[in-house]
Amino acid sequence: MKVWLAHHAAAFRLALRRLTAAPVNSLLSLLAVGVALALPAGGQMLLANALHLAGTTSAVPQISIFMASNAERKAAAEIESRLGRYGGVKNVQFLPREETLARMKANTGLRDVIEVLPGNPFPDAFVVTATDDRPEAMEKLAVEFRRWPKVEHVQLDSAWVRRLDALLKLGRTAVALLGVLLGAGLIAISFSIIRMQVLTHRAEIEVSQLLGATDGFIQRPFLYYGVLLGLGGGIVAWLLVGAAALWLRAPLGELVRLYDLTLVLQALDVRDSALLLGFAAGLGWLGAMISLRQHLKQS
Amino acid sequence: MIRFDRVAKRYPPGLDALSDLSFEVEEREMVVVNGHSGAGKSTLLKLIAAVEKPTAGAVLVGGQNVGGLARAALPYLRRRIGMVFQDQKLLFDRNVFENVMLPLAIAGFPPREAAQRVRAALDKVGLASREKALPVMLSGGEQQRLAIARAVVNRPSLLLADEPTAHLDSETAADVARIFHEFHYVGVTILIATYANELFSGARRLQLDHGRLLP
Ligand SMILES: Nc1ncnc2c1ncn2[C@@H]1O[C@H](COP(=O)(O)OP(=O)(O)OP(=O)(O)O)[C@@H](O)[C@H]1O
Ligand SMILES: [Mg+2]
Repeated sequence: MKVWLAHHAAAFRLALRRLTAAPVNSLLSLLAVGVALALPAGGQMLLANALHLAGTTSAVPQISIFMASNAERKAAAEIESRLGRYGGVKNVQFLPREETLARMKANTGLRDVIEVLPGNPFPDAFVVTATDDRPEAMEKLAVEFRRWPKVEHVQLDSAWVRRLDALLKLGRTAVALLGVLLGAGLIAISFSIIRMQVLTHRAEIEVSQLLGATDGFIQRPFLYYGVLLGLGGGIVAWLLVGAAALWLRAPLGELVRLYDLTLVLQALDVRDSALLLGFAAGLGWLGAMISLRQHLKQS
Repeated sequence: MIRFDRVAKRYPPGLDALSDLSFEVEEREMVVVNGHSGAGKSTLLKLIAAVEKPTAGAVLVGGQNVGGLARAALPYLRRRIGMVFQDQKLLFDRNVFENVMLPLAIAGFPPREAAQRVRAALDKVGLASREKALPVMLSGGEQQRLAIARAVVNRPSLLLADEPTAHLDSETAADVARIFHEFHYVGVTILIATYANELFSGARRLQLDHGRLLP
């Protein structure tokens, strides 16, 4: 066992020595692998954040009812009592236009705009939740509310949540597809890099065979090389994605704030990072294995 | 120990390197293979280590038909044989110590014991002080002796040497020949392909001519 470990350690050191013997070559190889992996990894990062965002956002569908801006408070009261009596309505929240104005004025960016407008630009509004919140039922309620007097606009707030859900499903498929595609790409990169390595060390392989080396012995340092290549590329990808997350954090946070949401873009979590590095190392190994099989079969 | 039974070797496209070759080598024997350039000396040695396979007949080493060995069995045959190649086949990106270490690493020796053996082998050929040198820093004779150290470090019972004294001045050649005599003395079976018969007096001679054995 100790001897076995010592031989693996020797093969590992040899692989490391070969990797550092041509540093420019190795760095460029790592970069190639890293960039290939960064695309699906970055996609996964964005997806995880979007999922988090969707998870923390209330997914309870709501209907917003906006009164006409010339409607009296009396008309609003009328609608409120109608809503209270209407079957299928679970909860009604009244948002008086004065309150809305005050809330909007608290936002420094909007204050200047509001100040120059004559009067209060905001109408009275209601936020309604329904007992039956399936999209079709909600749609029927909205159609009914639209016919009521002095109601200017009715909006189904759940629409974007559903759209986000559909988008996320699409995103997941896209990330998986990208992962498969670029995973195959990584195998190809590893294959050809190991092929180059094998050709450079052809003399050594031949001599080792003459001295009684098994295929396993000959393959070992090259397999470690493939694993190191994948692992190093995985680390490069991880760093690229982390840098992208940091860089996009501020602008993206600002963007979602416009939708009344908060998002602090996170880099890959522990699970995804481990998956990334594990896959990268595994695919590097696989590419090396295919390359070696091909070469040793010929000799 | 070694038996050739009506062995022929034809290289593609149709060159007969050896024909109808039969002979035996006893255990602990020292045999010199003579013959003109192209007579088939290297081919004969390669057949013993199964580097090449015979196109007819059987090559038996220790009772085992090595021409019929499966690819997976070859490493274990070669580990029992020490070989000095005509073109030496040293690894030029590894130092003297690492070159001699290679057969032991391949055979799976524990590192510490292996290091001791490497030093002993280097001491034997007079390269103990050159451990860290790369092969290019060695003279021709030193490279020749390095190749011998690598062949014997495994303590094989059979040693095959292909022109181990070629390109050496007579004094260095005598040094190298003395090393072989020492191994013969401790019981190693040795086959040497060479023109320099005078260096290996006392050894049995096999005379090849165009791939055939002269009586
Ligand atoms: N791999 C090969 N493919 C084709 N022909 C070969 C091969 N190896 C050797 N030969 C031919 O076989 C014949 C015997 O070659 P071999 O190397 O055994 O001769 P040798 O006695 O060792 O010669 P030298 O003293 O020059 O080393 C030669 O005619 C050579 O050209
Ligand atoms: Mg020869």
